[in-house]
Amino acid sequence: MSEQHAHAAPTGFIRKYVFSLDHKVIGMQYYFLALVAVFVGMFLSLFIRIHLLWPEANLPWFGHIKPEQYLTLLTMHGTIMIFFVLTTAPQSGFGNYFLPIQIGAPDMAFPTLNMLSFWTTFVAFVVMLAAFFVEGGAPLAGWTNYVPLSAIPSAGPGLGLGEDLWIVSIALFCVASLMGALNFITTTLDLRARGMSLFRMPLTCWAWFVTAMLALLAFGVLLAGGILLLLDRNLGTSFFVPGGLNVSGNLSFPPGGLNPGGHPITHIGGSPLLWQHLFWFFGHPEVYIAILPGMGVASQLLSTFSRKPIFGYKAMVYAILAIGILGFLVWGHHMFTSGMSPYSAFAFSVMTMAIGVPSAIKTFNWLGTLWGGRIRFATPMLFAIGFVSLFVSGGLSGPFLAQPILDISLHDTYFVVGHFHLIMGVAAIFGIFAGTYYWFPKMFGRMMNETLGKIHFFITLAGTYAVFMPMHYLGMAGHLRRYSQLTELNYLRPLMGLQEFMSYAAFITIAAQFVFVFNLFWSMKKGKKAEINPWEATTLEWTVPSPPPHDNFGGVTPVVNHGPYEYSVPGASKDYIMQTDPATVTAH
Amino acid sequence: MATTLSPVAVDQIGGRGPTLAPPPRDGGWGGGRPDDPRNRLRRYRIGMLFALAAVVMLFVSFTSAYIVRQGMGTWSDASARYVTDWQPISLPPILWINTVILLLSSFTLAMAQRTLSRKLRTAPRGGTSPAAEPALIATDQRSIPWLGITLVLGAGFLVGQLLAWEQLRHLGIFVSTNPSSSFFYVLTGTHGIHLLGGVLALAYAGLTSLLRKPLATRFLVVDVTALYWHFMDFLWIYIFALLHFAR
Repeated sequence: MSEQHAHAAPTGFIRKYVFSLDHKVIGMQYYFLALVAVFVGMFLSLFIRIHLLWPEANLPWFGHIKPEQYLTLLTMHGTIMIFFVLTTAPQSGFGNYFLPIQIGAPDMAFPTLNMLSFWTTFVAFVVMLAAFFVEGGAPLAGWTNYVPLSAIPSAGPGLGLGEDLWIVSIALFCVASLMGALNFITTTLDLRARGMSLFRMPLTCWAWFVTAMLALLAFGVLLAGGILLLLDRNLGTSFFVPGGLNVSGNLSFPPGGLNPGGHPITHIGGSPLLWQHLFWFFGHPEVYIAILPGMGVASQLLSTFSRKPIFGYKAMVYAILAIGILGFLVWGHHMFTSGMSPYSAFAFSVMTMAIGVPSAIKTFNWLGTLWGGRIRFATPMLFAIGFVSLFVSGGLSGPFLAQPILDISLHDTYFVVGHFHLIMGVAAIFGIFAGTYYWFPKMFGRMMNETLGKIHFFITLAGTYAVFMPMHYLGMAGHLRRYSQLTELNYLRPLMGLQEFMSYAAFITIAAQFVFVFNLFWSMKKGKKAEINPWEATTLEWTVPSPPPHDNFGGVTPVVNHGPYEYSVPGASKDYIMQTDPATVTAH
Repeated sequence: MATTLSPVAVDQIGGRGPTLAPPPRDGGWGGGRPDDPRNRLRRYRIGMLFALAAVVMLFVSFTSAYIVRQGMGTWSDASARYVTDWQPISLPPILWINTVILLLSSFTLAMAQRTLSRKLRTAPRGGTSPAAEPALIATDQRSIPWLGITLVLGAGFLVGQLLAWEQLRHLGIFVSTNPSSSFFYVLTGTHGIHLLGGVLALAYAGLTSLLRKPLATRFLVVDVTALYWHFMDFLWIYIFALLHFAR
């Protein structure tokens, strides 16, 4: 607590790049952690697609894939992507780097806590990867980790130590996210520069702020569930595990332990649905934790590259808040097939469809921003437009799944897989790409290569649609998800052609990501030197050198006189007004 | 005498809530002084309040699990119907003593806070600078070590909770004995770990005093720790009430 907030720039390598207190370094650490994680997750998905086409093939590392190993691939792909990529990069990565600069602060509110938060996330990631190397391998209970499968070590390979590591990793991740969230909230509320009122904040800041609120309220619930599940697994409690389960031929199962009295532990009376409720009370806000920062980035970029103010700034803010609040009231729509009362299902259904309203407000405002703009089709803009496209096409299947009557037949089919990959997976990834191409000049002082960027964009856009759109069709045709070997089932045979198409599309899309990685690292060294404000944007990060100095503003405190999106103001000398420009610049 | 006193010191640094001077509201801290004691205090208070919101969510989750699990039926082959497996445990009486100890500790911590804010009020103008610290040493030695007493009481509470666990163990009531005992251990254990964090914070607060950190820093540490501590006190009462009334 005694550390100085505007701490002096460290000189040693360790304090500067490893245990740094600087929010910019921490943001980059998060970003590169997510980059490593996304490649691990992507290779797992590559294995998934290869296995679906050639179930007999020998894969590197995994060898011949048995059905339970296929579930391991799915579990770890989902877990790593959702926690260590979609939660980490857009919020903790870009948010850490740019939230303080965009609101005119020298650093986050609690730099030491910030550092702790990153390193806890790092340890969580290492623990998660360690699950691959322990006896039995990584768990196979899915990223949702449903009980009783996840609670019973003898239920399958990877459900022993691997599963324990999974839970510990996620618990650490929860703690890290909570620390990060309260840091983001305090920073936003308390460290804004003079003149930076809440309604002058860029929409990125609003998105990070609301996301932090969601994280603060959601991760504690997952942590609680994780603690109870660990106790069920290791100390023989029965929070989630019901009695009378017949697992691998054993009616009761000693989970590696006995009661202090020497009796084998017998579970009785627990509720697997209780886990689902706790999990999804976290899990649904988590979807918005992944996507809201992308919405913020898209808003920022659409306005900047259309050279127009964002259409309906306040409506955008209220829409983010509405999505955040409604996000806590809809967790039951993941459980329509759990046998819940139709009245509950109806309530969850109505609330879920209500989210369509703020989502539509955002979409129409994005279109309104584009309408009549002098659009500059730079790579960041392309990805922002791609984000809107994916958000719409992924979002439109939401209202289908929100209706219990439809969901009961679509549940656990590829329809759901297509839906959440488009809206949560790929859309959020497009937000990350957009942010990367947009802020790269600020972070590294050089421009990324535009040609490579465009090649990357068009292949990725076409590729992801080619992979995930057909999944909706597969789902409606009755193709269940998580099936390991499709070639054995007669009714799936007519769909194999489509699976092949999707796999080849996935191979091409994955290959295109290497263009991105090459561009990223090549541009760091060889890219064209970037000016301070290459995109002619208005927000505060474009007033400081690239990369920004240690305390962001060189000891000067910026004073904000303008809203974040004053483009093409009539009577102004140029087509954009920086937030820090003197107040007299405006014509009105 | 009056010349050495600074009646505005508390306003500048902040006593309890109402004495905190209102910050400029057109943005955040506005003046560009994140290290100003007033700004730091506000920032740490905000941070602590949101941290407590996360703790609330953790215990809300446990509570909802508690209520759901208590109401669960489990199929009984013998009686061919759903029966409850929830058997209420009798709470060890020592919990009442622990409760009193914890309440007392909140009181002593409030006294520590009061002493410190009085010290702030009567400190020489430069009271927050290390140069003026020697003048404070004398006052430190005279006043009752409220912080130390609080720390001892907090540790006493934790020992008392462990004794309660020990008593239950002697009765053959373990964490896996019954869902009610599982929840007892989970709730008291999680609260205990949180309180242990508070004890460590108190130790740190004492350390800032021993290390003669600036008075404003000491005030900040005690102030934020007190927020946390009083909340843990309240949380314990809530848990105790839940365990007692919703058996």
